Amino acid sequence: MQKTEGAAVFTASSDTPTPLRAILTLLAPVVVIAILYSGFLFLRENGNAPQMVKTIIAIIWGIGGATALFFVANGVVELLPIKWVARVQPFVFVGPALMLLTWYLAIPALRTLSLALVDDQTGQFTLDNFTSVFTERIMIEAWTNNLLWMLIGTTLTVVFGLLIAVLADRSRFERAAKSLIFMPMAISMVGAGVIWKFVYDVNPNIGLLNAGVTAAGGTAQPWLTLLQPWNNLFLILVLVWMQTGYAMVLLSAAIKGISDELLEAARVDGANEFAVFFRIILPNISGTLLTVVTTIIIFTLKLFDIVMVMTGGQFGTEVIGVRFYREMFVNNNPGSASAIAIVLLVAVIPIMGYNLRQFSRRDTF
Amino acid sequence: MNRQKRTAMILVNGILLFIVILWTIPTVGLLVSSLRNRDDIRSSGWWSIIPNYGWSNTGEELPLPEGQTRDTPITIGSKTATFDEWREGIDMGDGTRYVWIGTLRSGRIEIYRQQWRVNWNFTTDNYSQVLSGKEFEIRNGDGTISTVQGDDMSASFLNSLTVAIPSTIIPIMIAAFAAYGFAWMSFPGRRILFIAIVAMLVVPLQVALVPILRDYVSLELNGTFLGVWLAHAGFGLPLATYLLYNYISTLPKEILESAFIDGASHFTIFTRLVLPLSVPALASFAIFQFLWVWNDYFIALLFLGINRNNEVLTQRIANMVGSRGADWHLLTAAAFVSMLVPLIVFFSLQRYFVRGLMAGSVKG
Repeated sequence: MQKTEGAAVFTASSDTPTPLRAILTLLAPVVVIAILYSGFLFLRENGNAPQMVKTIIAIIWGIGGATALFFVANGVVELLPIKWVARVQPFVFVGPALMLLTWYLAIPALRTLSLALVDDQTGQFTLDNFTSVFTERIMIEAWTNNLLWMLIGTTLTVVFGLLIAVLADRSRFERAAKSLIFMPMAISMVGAGVIWKFVYDVNPNIGLLNAGVTAAGGTAQPWLTLLQPWNNLFLILVLVWMQTGYAMVLLSAAIKGISDELLEAARVDGANEFAVFFRIILPNISGTLLTVVTTIIIFTLKLFDIVMVMTGGQFGTEVIGVRFYREMFVNNNPGSASAIAIVLLVAVIPIMGYNLRQFSRRDTF
Repeated sequence: MNRQKRTAMILVNGILLFIVILWTIPTVGLLVSSLRNRDDIRSSGWWSIIPNYGWSNTGEELPLPEGQTRDTPITIGSKTATFDEWREGIDMGDGTRYVWIGTLRSGRIEIYRQQWRVNWNFTTDNYSQVLSGKEFEIRNGDGTISTVQGDDMSASFLNSLTVAIPSTIIPIMIAAFAAYGFAWMSFPGRRILFIAIVAMLVVPLQVALVPILRDYVSLELNGTFLGVWLAHAGFGLPLATYLLYNYISTLPKEILESAFIDGASHFTIFTRLVLPLSVPALASFAIFQFLWVWNDYFIALLFLGINRNNEVLTQRIANMVGSRGADWHLLTAAAFVSMLVPLIVFFSLQRYFVRGLMAGSVKG
């Protein structure tokens, strides 16, 4: 807290506001809010202005509005008596963030919990929403599939990421290779869904996979639909394709962090490359490995886009994320959707606890 | 030893090259296909742009033999085979291959010869068609012209920009203020509030969606850009605040203190000193958040889904997969349009993106 002692020094030495400046400063919020509100109405109207114009106005309105609000709020606060400025100003800085987080995460989490605990029709307290999360047939299918995604997806991603990181580290084309492997991270899951639907197309003149299969003498397969339960595996490969770059980047950085002396010493002692990998590299990057695994597990837990675009959750490929969407929007069961959300929240609590423990170990606070 | 090293080097580079090709092929296929016309896509794979040796049509034709039936063998030239076999194609033994095209009664026999062939018939028509919202004329394979409705991706493109730019800058601004407040100002509850933010890092956003949608409906924010910006800002804030705090709190104390002594206010120090010093961290997170928002489908579907005018690229493409699932010439072009901006951002600012990604791997 000693950091802020300087605050008093500054305010004491700044000029006292003149009445005119005070009036202007107080008027500013009114003007800004009026402009922002009329801008909001204009944008909502969807009038006949060319779309390019609307885009530009919307962007300026949004960014300019946020900036202006900070400036006028601060202007008003700095009119206060010195003692009060030091007390109130921190809330100009952290207030908007706290308000948004309260509105968008904290309160909704509680409201979701209360929605999950009542019956949608009668409004009575019930645990049925939670029991159906674990007992409905389609939910069991979704959980099973999510487990598949988690196990197979995470394993393949980490194995490929590690393999590429190790290979690239010894290659002369490291940068180019990593760049190309990493590229799928930049595109949307919807785009990736289209790319892979194209690869998996049942027509061997269109789908590369079936072209390969027929060229090898096999028959074309409907990889994503009738080939149950293997179609899940073909969906999981899309995730692996997208996330391997992420695993590779983190693991590669961790591998480069291992000291060369350590590796050299092991090699001089006669360890072969496999021993070096399993005895030295792997133990030294276990922390990063844990981060990568956790991130991908969370990712698979909330998976939505890939399945939604490629199969829509049909043909036995349902997952929790798609289930949540369907319960909320298609079946109009906010209770069931909320129960799914709460179960997801409970699933990440161990990770939340881990983050908090790591954080409290640091002594910056 | 040297030989062994060289073998290892070849092995390493060989395996790496194989993996890289495997990883790149799907995207290359998409790009190539988006530049081929509809009939080419239906009749041959995109890989036929690679010169290959195989049967290709010589343009010569034979008249149909007389008196053929479906069940009895038909003799053409030196070979005899059933109708179905002729349709598959029969090698004539002299380097040519006859293929029966069409039906039993009215068809033709085409002559194929093995030769080097390549299909480099590229077009940008697919792009004009997906980008424009107007009626669009296309030439069919048989020379006729038909009119189709464009997919109006340029409108979705602008909508994506309208969503992505403020959804990137607003949370960064709010988070930077908050990070400064947590790092350099004192107020009651500072520690506990920051711990709450760290806890929110991994909260799945599904937990918040049902109540927020209800709020939006009653506030008439559903389907508006403002609603999506605020949602992206709210969901991106924990990570943004956390990352920027990590950076801003490590700025040298002496610089800030000397500014205080010179009489600068917190606000001035923040806007004039801390923001410029934090550009690397701001840029890293900005790229991360921009790509995240640009590529987002879920939040757009939930909060913009009701308003077709504000549909973003990912929504447009997902809809096209449903309505034009077999029109690969359009789907590939549309997907590439949506990938263009992320790919440019990615390849030009990769360094910042990687940095943001590594710092942000705790995001839920």
